[in-house]
Amino acid sequence: MTRLGPDELAQSFEKTLGDAVIGIRKCEREVGVQRHIYVSLWVKIKPQALHDAVLHLCTLEPMPHFSVISSADLGDEIEVCYHFSLCFGQRRSATAIVLKFRLNKSNLAVPTITDLIPGAIFSEREQQEMMGLRVEGIPDDRRLFVSDSFPAGVNPWRRDETGPHDMLHILGGREGIQHE
Amino acid sequence: MSDTVHKTSYSLPIGPIHPAVHEPIRLDLTIDGEEVTAVDVDLGHVHRGIEWIGMNRNNPVQTIYLAERICGICSACHPFAYVLAVEQATGIDVPPRADYIRTIVAEIERIHSHLLWAGVAGHEIGFESVFYYVWNVREKIMDLTEMLTGNRNSKAMYMIGGVRRDFAEEQFAAIREAMAFYKVAFDELKKIFLEDRTIKMRTRGVGILSKEDALRLCVAGPTARASGVPLDVRQDHPYGAYADIGVDAITPDVLTGEVVGDVYDRIVVRLLEIKQSIEIIEAAVSSMPAGPILTEPKIAKLLALLKKAEGESVARVEAPRGENLHYVRLKSGEEPLEAWKVRAPTYANLQAVETILKGGQIADVPIAFASIDPCMSCANRAVVMDNASGTCRVLDGERLHQLSLEKTRRLQAELSGK
Repeated sequence: MTRLGPDELAQSFEKTLGDAVIGIRKCEREVGVQRHIYVSLWVKIKPQALHDAVLHLCTLEPMPHFSVISSADLGDEIEVCYHFSLCFGQRRSATAIVLKFRLNKSNLAVPTITDLIPGAIFSEREQQEMMGLRVEGIPDDRRLFVSDSFPAGVNPWRRDETGPHDMLHILGGREGIQHE
Repeated sequence: MSDTVHKTSYSLPIGPIHPAVHEPIRLDLTIDGEEVTAVDVDLGHVHRGIEWIGMNRNNPVQTIYLAERICGICSACHPFAYVLAVEQATGIDVPPRADYIRTIVAEIERIHSHLLWAGVAGHEIGFESVFYYVWNVREKIMDLTEMLTGNRNSKAMYMIGGVRRDFAEEQFAAIREAMAFYKVAFDELKKIFLEDRTIKMRTRGVGILSKEDALRLCVAGPTARASGVPLDVRQDHPYGAYADIGVDAITPDVLTGEVVGDVYDRIVVRLLEIKQSIEIIEAAVSSMPAGPILTEPKIAKLLALLKKAEGESVARVEAPRGENLHYVRLKSGEEPLEAWKVRAPTYANLQAVETILKGGQIADVPIAFASIDPCMSCANRAVVMDNASGTCRVLDGERLHQLSLEKTRRLQAELSGK
């Protein structure tokens, strides 16, 4: 398996996904006294291309290292980032890859990637309960961190009306105590 | 008795509540006789919404202290990853001396964490003398941490743009002395853990995680490396002083010549990493650059800069348990972070618990589960449900520990009887 550099990785994404790639940002950072450069690639894609993009990662490396999904509530949209790293195993060899896309709040469906990366299951479950994404085809759609008694339709990470507004300031045994 | 034999499977929940643990977790085991046939992990018993606080209440500097309190043991790697992410997002530079001090503190944390784990591992298989010995040796690193940072645990060293305290010459002397002490202790620990026949019998072939499974389940840290996956953030995406020093991921074959991916291999990896950490600390101390330790010492100025900043970044740090990732997103004009995602290594490693425990014995559950280094004391009590009769009996943590201890004694008796 040949190890691709960050520029070659960026080109391979553009070649494989075509129009589905909206933009690629290369982020460089110098570290230590010797100022070695560490690179991360932020690949902005159309949401429907997520599965193809992960499939492309899997052709570059049989099992890319997946870390987590992060998401941010931007108002009308939710931005979702899938964090990967490729080509690990040697000194300064890895490239961090972030696949990011925006979803309109009217349709928060994303396809599952657990068919390709089984280790993404915890993250997909977490995004469903915390941000209110709907992961289509998820093999296990139970809650992960949020307890079963937590009200449905409340998404702790959201900044809109589905956020946990009514649940703030209430600690066990302290119901009724008002804070400003 | 009836003539027909009904095969009954039992459900064995372990956990989640123990007053002294920081990571309560429940394991739902389905057992057939002594064999574990299925495992489900139930998380979130103390989910406190730390990310929410960082996104809604705190300013970015206050969030450093919050990040430090995510985990009691990892009080360096969380703020480390967090400040790296904020620095990258906002373009704040870090003086080289701060990079080196950060690295030393992070490696001291790793030595502490691996020693703490080694003691717990001894306890899990009923070797209390090992537990007391290792935790006695661990005191030295606690004292060193206190001397360097002012605290035995919460180190409060990390700041956006550098570190909060410099090291003086007598502190470097203390570091050198402690490292000399741990070189001697390392040889002793290696003898205890790798040459003792009972430890080998209790850990060899137990809780196997193959390389394929480790890759598939995206596990991190010593759990991944013990399965032969050379994944180490310090090697792959070096940060701080690691890029200068040079770190290689340790897999068990460097010592034993083979990778089994069992509990024994996880012991080998963690032990060798203690030695590796000593070497990294010594290298950092001997090539410590001079200069300032903080880019912007005035907090008010730093906060004003952070409030204006806009951007996002992700940073990875190799915590004692594996890759720790922080994602931050800042919005101009807003003090709290717009988004903050923390992915601690145990988050990933718990996905492998089913593979590790499946097919094993109940008596091996404590050590096999502890081998990924979560907080094991949460496995406090267990209820055995008899599906056939509808009865249930309570198996508390003591009893479960007793089962593990009996297995060790039985093996020792067999060994001496030979």
